[in-house]
Amino acid sequence: MTSAPLISVSELRRTYKVKTTGGWFSPTAELKAVDGVSFDIRPGETLGLVGESGCGKSTTAKLVLGLIPATSGKVVFEGKPVAADSKRAWREQRRRMQMVYQDPLGALDRRLPVGTQAMEPLDIFGEGTKVERRDRMLALFDAVGLPRTSVDRYPHELSGGQRQRVVLARALMLRPSLLVCDEPISALDVSIQAQVINLLKDLQEQLGVAYLFISHDLKVVRHVSHRVAVMYLGRIVESGRPEEIMRAPAHPYSQALISAVPSPRARGKERIVLEGDPPSPVDIPKGCAFHPRCPLATDRCRSEAPELHPFGEQRHVACHRAGVSITSARGAA
Amino acid sequence: MREPLVRINGLTIDFDTGQSNVRALHGFDLQIEKGEAVGIVGESGSGKSITWLGALGLLGPRARVAGSVRLDGREILGLGEREMAAIRGKRVAMIFQDPTSSLNPVHRIGQQLVESLVLHRGMSARSASAEARRLLERVQIAAAAQRLSEYPHELSGGMNQRVMIAMALAGEPDLLIADEPTTALDVTIQAQILEVLKEMRRETGMGLVIISHDLGIVAELADRVVVMYAGRPVETAPVSRIFDAPCHPYTRGLLAALPEIDGALERLVAIPGQVPEPHKLPPGCPFAPRCAQVNAKVCDETVPPMRAIAQDHAAACALIHTAKPEALRSLELA
Repeated sequence: MTSAPLISVSELRRTYKVKTTGGWFSPTAELKAVDGVSFDIRPGETLGLVGESGCGKSTTAKLVLGLIPATSGKVVFEGKPVAADSKRAWREQRRRMQMVYQDPLGALDRRLPVGTQAMEPLDIFGEGTKVERRDRMLALFDAVGLPRTSVDRYPHELSGGQRQRVVLARALMLRPSLLVCDEPISALDVSIQAQVINLLKDLQEQLGVAYLFISHDLKVVRHVSHRVAVMYLGRIVESGRPEEIMRAPAHPYSQALISAVPSPRARGKERIVLEGDPPSPVDIPKGCAFHPRCPLATDRCRSEAPELHPFGEQRHVACHRAGVSITSARGAA
Repeated sequence: MREPLVRINGLTIDFDTGQSNVRALHGFDLQIEKGEAVGIVGESGSGKSITWLGALGLLGPRARVAGSVRLDGREILGLGEREMAAIRGKRVAMIFQDPTSSLNPVHRIGQQLVESLVLHRGMSARSASAEARRLLERVQIAAAAQRLSEYPHELSGGMNQRVMIAMALAGEPDLLIADEPTTALDVTIQAQILEVLKEMRRETGMGLVIISHDLGIVAELADRVVVMYAGRPVETAPVSRIFDAPCHPYTRGLLAALPEIDGALERLVAIPGQVPEPHKLPPGCPFAPRCAQVNAKVCDETVPPMRAIAQDHAAACALIHTAKPEALRSLELA
């Protein structure tokens, strides 16, 4: 619990200039993709980042990896700042931080056998002899549950689940300490999803790798994460242990998000249905960004943006009315 | 006996790939009563979508559709394009996963709605545009009058799916087929669309076929569930029985593989292996290679037919029927 964080992210911001209308000379506006995000991940730990499309979770992943520069804020990985400058220091860091994306077919080269592709990180960094590299690749193929016969196959000859295993093997080739997984199982079938979830957990146990696990699927996040952060419009609105957040969400957005998850076990339960769509990140509402959709909003919420503050043990919530339940508030009304 | 709204018998679909013939659907039977909601669950390649595309003549010349599909007792398989067009959109409407690609990007929302009202209900342009506005209000689109003059790209995904539902309702259909209607949408928007679908069913009494890979969504909307695997139905039962007393090893496996939002946090029980490809099906039960309870003697020989287990509950598994009662209990998943 007291070990130093593997990665420490503080007040990370990323904005984009966008044209408000399509014209050449139309005025520009500021799109706040990530608006002041802070978190730590300890070695061997999984932080689940959940939220809906446009909440900034994938941009956060790119910022963490230094794939795009931050507008402000900083990322410290293994004690050194991550600079998105493609220089040598960054390339050295990138050995230790790898990523896995949603679409494994898009992440693989269709014209190379998967074994060759999985070995590429070792070739690029010139690690070991040719024999050693091949041994390492075969060992990882075993670890992710790919048959050794698949080494000479091409991506199109494998199933979706197997391709994701190849991508995982390749990502783990350089013994990273952090793996950023952006919706790693969303493109897979239900029966295959469980295989990959179990695999990710086993690999973590064996290799001690930490995950930044990004997903829109709360059920999956609950199963893989040690801690969870819920994002809405570029900010973390609630963070804490998954069990507590899923059982008793304190932020009204988390409450709605969790109650919206359809589940065969909870058939016919009362559901919180939010009005409207999330606002555009170009035009974030004043005060609390969630107030136009929030059934609990007060005047204070409309004028003053809530900061993330401690709420109970190991939990943080950014809400003026944290802990008030939408369902019981409705019942009382 | 009263004729059900839809009666499908022995429906098969083959695709001609040039060199060979691949069977994608191996005999599908189903009855849907008026106003009933049936959920079709399965993974990719299970045949859950093509069943309905085939039944409505939407598969193109490469597909060979055989069997029987009756709507109110009238055979619709093999009808001419004209007669089919009169059924589609009017008596049976369909909505798909990606609403934005189902709408015409260069026409305004209102124009597209008016078009279907004029076509299916024979309305005049003036009364159609009033009706279009009423339809948008029914699917709870705010500022409906203004939305009518907007283009699909100006609306969000959730809003476009509401427009698709409004358009499907334009023909006052007896049956709405919703193929993964919320898969492309965010969770909170999905919750809104599910509410709209429930509300519309209450209001109009139309039947619903909800096709999804998500057991949660099916549990929420359907009265009865059909589980499909590799081009065949493997189990069908009322929704409560499917989830509380599943029989087929595949259905049990799917439920065990599903992460839950609450309850004890246990390791997921994954189904090993993968769905077989349609041209490489095993000779016996298609699920046998992945089945934990497989019995080589019975399962690898012949494809088990659907047989009744209880009232309204049938499954296609040789073990359920050959096993003695005490063996059946051991089938209860560990």
